[in-house]
Amino acid sequence: MYDAGKILTGLVIFLLLLSFPFWFSLGQASYETPELQLPADSQECIEDTEWMRKNHMELLDDWRDIVVREGESVYVTSEGDEFDMSLQKTCMDCHTSKEEFCDKCHNAASVDPYCWDCHVAPEEVANGQQ
Amino acid sequence: MGSNRRQFLKIAGVTTLLGLGGGITLSASAYQPEEEGTREKPTRRRAGRWGMVVDTRKFQTEEDFQRVIEACHRTNNVPEGEAKPIQEIKWIWKDHFEHVFPGKENPFLAERIEQNEFLLLCNHCKNPPCVRVCPTQATYKREDGIVQMDFHRCIGCRYCMAGCPYGSRSFNFCDPSPYVEDKNPDFPVRMRGVVEKCLFCYQRLEEGKQPACVEASNGGLIFGDLDDPDSHIRQVLRENYTIRRKVDLGTEPSVFYIV
Repeated sequence: MYDAGKILTGLVIFLLLLSFPFWFSLGQASYETPELQLPADSQECIEDTEWMRKNHMELLDDWRDIVVREGESVYVTSEGDEFDMSLQKTCMDCHTSKEEFCDKCHNAASVDPYCWDCHVAPEEVANGQQ
Repeated sequence: MGSNRRQFLKIAGVTTLLGLGGGITLSASAYQPEEEGTREKPTRRRAGRWGMVVDTRKFQTEEDFQRVIEACHRTNNVPEGEAKPIQEIKWIWKDHFEHVFPGKENPFLAERIEQNEFLLLCNHCKNPPCVRVCPTQATYKREDGIVQMDFHRCIGCRYCMAGCPYGSRSFNFCDPSPYVEDKNPDFPVRMRGVVEKCLFCYQRLEEGKQPACVEASNGGLIFGDLDDPDSHIRQVLRENYTIRRKVDLGTEPSVFYIV
């Protein structure tokens, strides 16, 4: 191999740069799931927590199409219970605070869903905010 | 090392296949909507073609109009009091005879008609031009005749506003939210860059109720199924002479006026 020294040095520098995010964050606090304010008066969501955590975005996306375009507005859970497919009327009925529930994770994960551009969040009376 | 072109291609091919296969199986297993997971609400009101009769004889005073308009605006979070007239959002509003029925304004018109105002709203046409021109199908015709809007899909191109001959559509030039007082928590607001209009309160029909304006009208507005010959609205239409707006355009409005 010609110029082995230069090439290997270059490779090492390249790999160091490539792995920068990994070794830079070594020893720093790892990501922690934010503490969410859970509804006081109900124990479980319409589906189990793990499923909701993973799929709520697709579920809501499905709901909006089904309700507006297909004219069906009742969701039957895998347990057989029935709920209105409505972000404002069903979800936020239990999860009464957008800031203490939705925003906590979304901010931590730096995602910015545009639900609340139009949909009306429950009033944040407790925090004196709106 | 005995690496050569042939071996390199083999390894590259196998790796690509693995990568592709892995990607497809991953994305397929991510979310599975439950097929039988939804159904219609039992209270849902059905019709072949929803329509409305405006009995203009019952809209004489300012109060008659305001009661109906306020009921609509409160229910549907319609913004009020924008800074410029161009920003006005119209769901249900009023105007004079010559603007409501252009071409019918004879000289020496009866005083009651010349001086009075008339209630206007989306005509929910049988042959809606706004639906034809919408490039994203954000506006579409429901099976029950309602010209529905899917605000999620509207890209704000305003073709529908150019297409609608009745001026029933309004564009949100600014964020309407600050102009809605006491928001109805059961219905969304709209956002900047979206067109909106009357939807015959489809969300109230789901719950078995009348549209908000009809409920507040004290019988001035009659709502019902135009396809059902035994319905109250058809009886009203049989017994009264009615006119519709700009019929010669062929849009077949579903809103009738007793003048």
